[in-house]
Amino acid sequence: MAVNMIVCCKQVPDPEAPPAVFKVVNNKMTLPPEVKPVIGQYEEFALEAALKIKDTVGGKITVLSLGNNFVRDVIKKALAVGSDELILLEDEAFEGGDSWSTANALASAIKKIGAYDIVFCGRQSSDWDAGQVGLGIAEILGIPAVTLARKIEVSDGKAKVERVIADGYQAIEVTLPALITVTSGLGALRYPTLKGIMAAGKKQPIIWKPADIGLEPSQVGAAGKRSKLDKLFQPVKEAKCEIIKGDTPAEAGANLAVRLKEAKLL
Amino acid sequence: MAEYKGILVCGELADGKLASITTELLGCGRKLAQDLKEELSCLLASDAVGEASKEAIAFGADKVYAVEHPALKEYQADSYTQVAEKLVKEISPRVILMGQTSMGRDLAPRLAFRLGTSLTTDCLDLSIDQKTKLLTQTRPVYGGNAQAAFTSELMPQMVTVRTKAMSPLERDDSRKGEVIPPKIDIDTSKVRTKILETVKEEAVGIKLEDAPVIVCGGRGMGGPQPFQTTLKELADLLHGAVGATRPPADNGWVPEALHIGLTGKIVAPDIYIAIAVSGASQHTAGCSGSKHIIAINKDPEANIFREAEFGVVGKYEEVVPAFTNKLKELLAG
Repeated sequence: MAVNMIVCCKQVPDPEAPPAVFKVVNNKMTLPPEVKPVIGQYEEFALEAALKIKDTVGGKITVLSLGNNFVRDVIKKALAVGSDELILLEDEAFEGGDSWSTANALASAIKKIGAYDIVFCGRQSSDWDAGQVGLGIAEILGIPAVTLARKIEVSDGKAKVERVIADGYQAIEVTLPALITVTSGLGALRYPTLKGIMAAGKKQPIIWKPADIGLEPSQVGAAGKRSKLDKLFQPVKEAKCEIIKGDTPAEAGANLAVRLKEAKLL
Repeated sequence: MAEYKGILVCGELADGKLASITTELLGCGRKLAQDLKEELSCLLASDAVGEASKEAIAFGADKVYAVEHPALKEYQADSYTQVAEKLVKEISPRVILMGQTSMGRDLAPRLAFRLGTSLTTDCLDLSIDQKTKLLTQTRPVYGGNAQAAFTSELMPQMVTVRTKAMSPLERDDSRKGEVIPPKIDIDTSKVRTKILETVKEEAVGIKLEDAPVIVCGGRGMGGPQPFQTTLKELADLLHGAVGATRPPADNGWVPEALHIGLTGKIVAPDIYIAIAVSGASQHTAGCSGSKHIIAINKDPEANIFREAEFGVVGKYEEVVPAFTNKLKELLAG
């Protein structure tokens, strides 16, 4: 069976940027321009999960993203690695949302797309880390959901999913259509091929505004939120590390053992 | 409109006993209940709840709703969500607390969307604003590089709480409470997933969460070998366990069960030795509750030195064997 897949992706500031560059100014996260936007790490895993299914049983991948001011080269990576279509919910009104307004807009867009077997999301975004949007979409669409997947096999209208739990995994079977959130462990997203990059360059994303998915601007983004952010802050951390020295690294290692004994940590 | 009152903990069982996260939630819930002068209740759902109800009372619950049904033997999203939704609609709690665990991560967002309320996941701190009586919900964001405080006027106010972020009360078996077996039916035709098997992938030896000492290796270990030799030797010497950051787990150098961090395990041992660990916030989120952090890294600028109490700058291949040998000598003497 050819599988019809939708992968929800988010453009986020590079989460691997060094901690010191993350600065909160006036209740907002501000990052220096050298921190480049990327597709969230768990959405990359979700994309790879979809591509693996396309490799084995065939199918179509539509990438769906919500935000504003998308950097085309960043989000088009999804096309370059082998997705077929890119739909951007791109508008000022989509900015500043919470899990509720984001899930609601994505679910409305998925209803408009119409036919699908699997909706993929990352287990959590790589900026706000809430981990709610995928399950929210499934609830709004009324479809079953399996979270924290690290392996997915599709056959006969069903998916068999390995869901990571605290000390192992569960093999879960779900009838399609279903939503699956993906965690790490199924392998990094493949590199785009030169041919893929060329093809992606020629493709134009489809842009939808709130009205295109049947929503008022007052129902999306910051205006459609259900929770209120009272404060964004950075707890002050005192760096107080005592660096143990030695003439050689080995001597420093031995001195560390002696210091730990002195400090009664042993 | 219903009046929303009281705190409800959605509990979890582990091997027939109250899971440690549930005792932590009860400890935190007790405090919130006192501030609100309202009751603390606890939902326990399983095929057999047994003595765990009494445990929940001993750890602070005023009321325990013990729901028993064969479909609740293992956590199963569609059956557990039905139970939680029905109970919440019946008792209208003001606040719902769940653990940021395999279950809580899966159940809480479903329940929140079904109830039409908001949810804050992975909270580290909760308090009641005395003026508004609303729950201030504080959680890390941006991989732990900042924290955000949220409130919501929608009822019930729902949160999940990070493991080990709250302290349980001292167990008191003389505490009085009420165990209620509510009549809740589960429509099994609405259970849309099937658990084919549950597979344990635990490492041998001491469980990471229980280890007093953890020796953690990062991407800088370069492959699986050092985890089984250099790190294991040090961990064994200190009666501890070996852990890892996300890259070694993703690369298959170690089982996922050893992954410590935001999306892995949260640990709080007495001594945490981070070796060739850069100290990304996504990792330190999982170990910052440790009593003493010791770092060995060749990069003096590595972020882990901002978290550590003691550190050595140098290649782990040179530092760690000498460290282990000296420890051996000191421990023997």
